[in-house]
Amino acid sequence: MKNNIKSIKISGAEAVIHSLLAEGVVLIYGYPGGAIMPIYDELYKFQEKLQHVLTRHEQGAAHAAQGYARTSGRVGVAVATSGPGATNLVTGIADAQIDSTPIVCITGQVASNLLGSDAFQETDIIGISTPVTKWNYQITKASEIPSILSKAFYIAKSGRPGPVLIDITKDAQFEEFDFKYEHCRGIRSYKPVPDLNIDLLKDAAEIINKAKKPMIVWGQGVVLGQAEEILKEFIEHSGIPAVWTILGASAIPTSHPLNKGMVGMHGNYGPNILTNECDVLIAIGMRFDDRVTGKLETYAKQAKVIHFEIDPAEINKNVYADVAVLGDCKISLKKIIPLINQDAYSSWIYRFDSLMEIENEKVIKNDLFPTKKGLTMGESIRIINKYTKGDAVIVTDVGQHQMVACRYTNFIKSKSNITSGGLGTMGFALPAAIGAKMGAPGRQVITIIGDGGFQMTIQELGTIFQTKIAVKIVVLNNGFLGMVRQWQQMFFDKRYASTEMVNPDFVKIAKGYYIDAERVSERNNLDAAVSRMLSSDKPYFLEICVEKEDNVFPMIPTGASVSDIRLS
Amino acid sequence: MNTKETYTISIYSEDNIGLLNRISAIFLKRHINIESFSTSLSEIENVFRFIVVVNIHPDQINKIILQIEKQVDVIKAFYHTDDETIFQESALYKVKSSSLFEERHIQNVIKKSHANIVTVSPEYFVIEKTGFRDETEDLRKKLLEFGLLQFVRSGRISVTKSKMEISGILNIIKKKIK
Repeated sequence: MKNNIKSIKISGAEAVIHSLLAEGVVLIYGYPGGAIMPIYDELYKFQEKLQHVLTRHEQGAAHAAQGYARTSGRVGVAVATSGPGATNLVTGIADAQIDSTPIVCITGQVASNLLGSDAFQETDIIGISTPVTKWNYQITKASEIPSILSKAFYIAKSGRPGPVLIDITKDAQFEEFDFKYEHCRGIRSYKPVPDLNIDLLKDAAEIINKAKKPMIVWGQGVVLGQAEEILKEFIEHSGIPAVWTILGASAIPTSHPLNKGMVGMHGNYGPNILTNECDVLIAIGMRFDDRVTGKLETYAKQAKVIHFEIDPAEINKNVYADVAVLGDCKISLKKIIPLINQDAYSSWIYRFDSLMEIENEKVIKNDLFPTKKGLTMGESIRIINKYTKGDAVIVTDVGQHQMVACRYTNFIKSKSNITSGGLGTMGFALPAAIGAKMGAPGRQVITIIGDGGFQMTIQELGTIFQTKIAVKIVVLNNGFLGMVRQWQQMFFDKRYASTEMVNPDFVKIAKGYYIDAERVSERNNLDAAVSRMLSSDKPYFLEICVEKEDNVFPMIPTGASVSDIRLS
Repeated sequence: MNTKETYTISIYSEDNIGLLNRISAIFLKRHINIESFSTSLSEIENVFRFIVVVNIHPDQINKIILQIEKQVDVIKAFYHTDDETIFQESALYKVKSSSLFEERHIQNVIKKSHANIVTVSPEYFVIEKTGFRDETEDLRKKLLEFGLLQFVRSGRISVTKSKMEISGILNIIKKKIK
C-alpha cells in the first residue's frame, strides 16, 4: 500500500481524506455544514481522487451510501455536519444496522472545548447513534484519525457487516500531526467470523440426509458472504427446494427450477404453507424476522432446524436451532456439499408446484394479466421484466409496490434487489437508487416507489439532476398509503384514517428538475412508455397510475401462523 | 419456567468511552431494569470489568449475553446465578452524633450488625457495612429510628466460585492477532 507507514505532517481534515483513499474509497455522499468545513475544504483539493456527491438531505446521503454498498459490495461512506446534519443520518444508519449494510458515517462535531456546552449545532450523536451502530467513536485528537478510520472500515465490512459512525471535533480536523496509515488487521475484543465446527457440520449433514421433505430458506447472508455460487451448487447437488427472504432475493435466479419463491408475510403460498410441513428446515444467512415467521409458537414446529449463521447472537434468538453451524456460509456450504446425498424429492417438490398453481390461479394471473380496467402494480413489473430480461437492479421503497416488485421481478443476477427490509424505511428507494447506480454503473438501475415514499425523499431528484446519474424512477401511484390502507380495509373496517394522499403533479415536478418524465394511466400506453424509459440513457421518471384500492396477496395477517396464509 | 431469576453478568471489555451506554442500551431495548451496575479494573491489565445484576427470565439470559458479546469492544461475557458467585455490596450510613451518645441502643445495633464506624465528628458519624443486600438493608431499617442523615449502597461486586477462563481467551486472541 502506497499510504502505509509513510509519515507526513498534515491536518486532521487532510488525514481523513488520505485515510479514505487508503481504504480504497473513491466516492462519498454528504452535505456540508459548519463543523465539517475543514474536511470539505480538503475534499475540494482532492476532488480529482475522491468524488463527493451532494445529496439534498443527509438522510439521502446515508441511503445512497447503503445503495452503493449493496450493489458494489464495498463500504459506503456518508459525511455530514454536527447537530441536525448528524441526526438526519440516523434513519439511514438504523436501516443499515438492521439490514447489515457496511457503511461508515463521518460527522463533524463542535470543537472539543465546547463539548457539553450546548454549543451551536452540538448534539450527542455518539449517544444517539449507539443503539443503531455496530460501532461508533468520537475523535478529539487528530492523531487518532488514521487508526480509528482504519478500525471503522474494518468493523463495517468484516463479519456481519454494519454501520459505523465516527464523530470528529472541529479542532481535531484543524490540528496538524504526523500522518501514517496502517490497515486494521484485527481487534482483540472482536471476532468477526466464528470458527467452523466440523462435527456440527457432520451432524447437520446427517439430519439432511435422513430428510424426506427438506427445505432451504436463504437470506441476505448469502449475498453478503458472496456465497451465491456455492449455494446454487448446494441446492443442485442436494436437490432440495429453496426459498428466500426478501433480502435474499436475486441470489439465485428466479427461473431456477429449485427456486420456489419467497417466504414471509407477502411471500408465496407454497413456501409459507410448506414451512409447516417440511421435516428439515435449512436456514442459511437469515435471522427469522417476525415478518418471515409469523406466529413463532406455530412456526415449523414439526421440523428439525439447521441454522447456518455468522452471528452467534442470531442462534436461538427467535427460532430454536437443532444444529447451529456458525461461520462463513461460503465455507460451511462448500464443506457440507460432499457430505450430502443427492436426491430428487419429487413428490415433495410437486407440493410446491401444485401450491404455486393455486396461487397462480387465485392471485398471480389477475395481478400480471388483469382483465379489469385499471392498471395493476403486477402488470407494471411484468412489462419491466419484459424489457430488462432480469438484468436490472431493482431498488424498492416500502409498501405494496415493494412486495409486488419483489414477488414478480425476474432476477437473473445477484445484488439486483435493493430494498429496506428490516427497518421498512419509506423514502429509502430514491436516494438508495442513486448509490446503487454508482455502485454498478454498467447496470440498468430501476427504482420502483409508491407515491407516499417518493414524497419522503423527493428532493433527491435534485441530486439526480445535478449528477446526471441515469436512474430510472417508476412511481406506482395509487393515491394512497396503500399498505396501511389495505390493513385498514382488512382489520379496521375500512376506516381509511389519513391514508388517502392528495398528490401534486409528479411529472411536472420531475420536469422542474429537468428530468425526462411521463405519466401513464392507460393499459395500451404502458408497454411503450416502459420501453421509452428503459431505452433512455438519461435519468427518466415514469408515473404509472394504478388501481387505487388493490390489495397485495397472499398475506399472513400479523400474529397468524405461516400456514394460515390468505389468498384473498 | 416463567419465574424470573437473578443473574450476575460479568463483562470483560476494552476501556472505551461509550461502552457503558452501549451495554445499558441492550437492556433498555428489551425493557429490562438493571438492579445493580458496577465497573472496575479486572485482574488483567488493560481489561475492564462490568458487573450487572438483572432479574430476568431464564430464556432471556443467553440472548442477552450474546448481544453483549456482539459488541465490538466486549471481550467476553459470563452469567452466574447467586449460588455460583461470592457477592457483596457495601453501604455507608451517616447518622447524627448525638444519637450515638444519647441512645445507648444504637451501639448494640452497630455491634450486632458487624458494621464499622468509619469516622466520627461532633455533628455526625459514618458507619460502613459490607455484606448481602438483606444485611445492609436490615441495618438501614434499624438506623432509621435514630435519624439517618444519608444512606448509600454500592452496586454488587462479585467473583465466581468457578475459574474464569478469560486469561486463556485473551492469550488465544493475542496469538491470533500476531
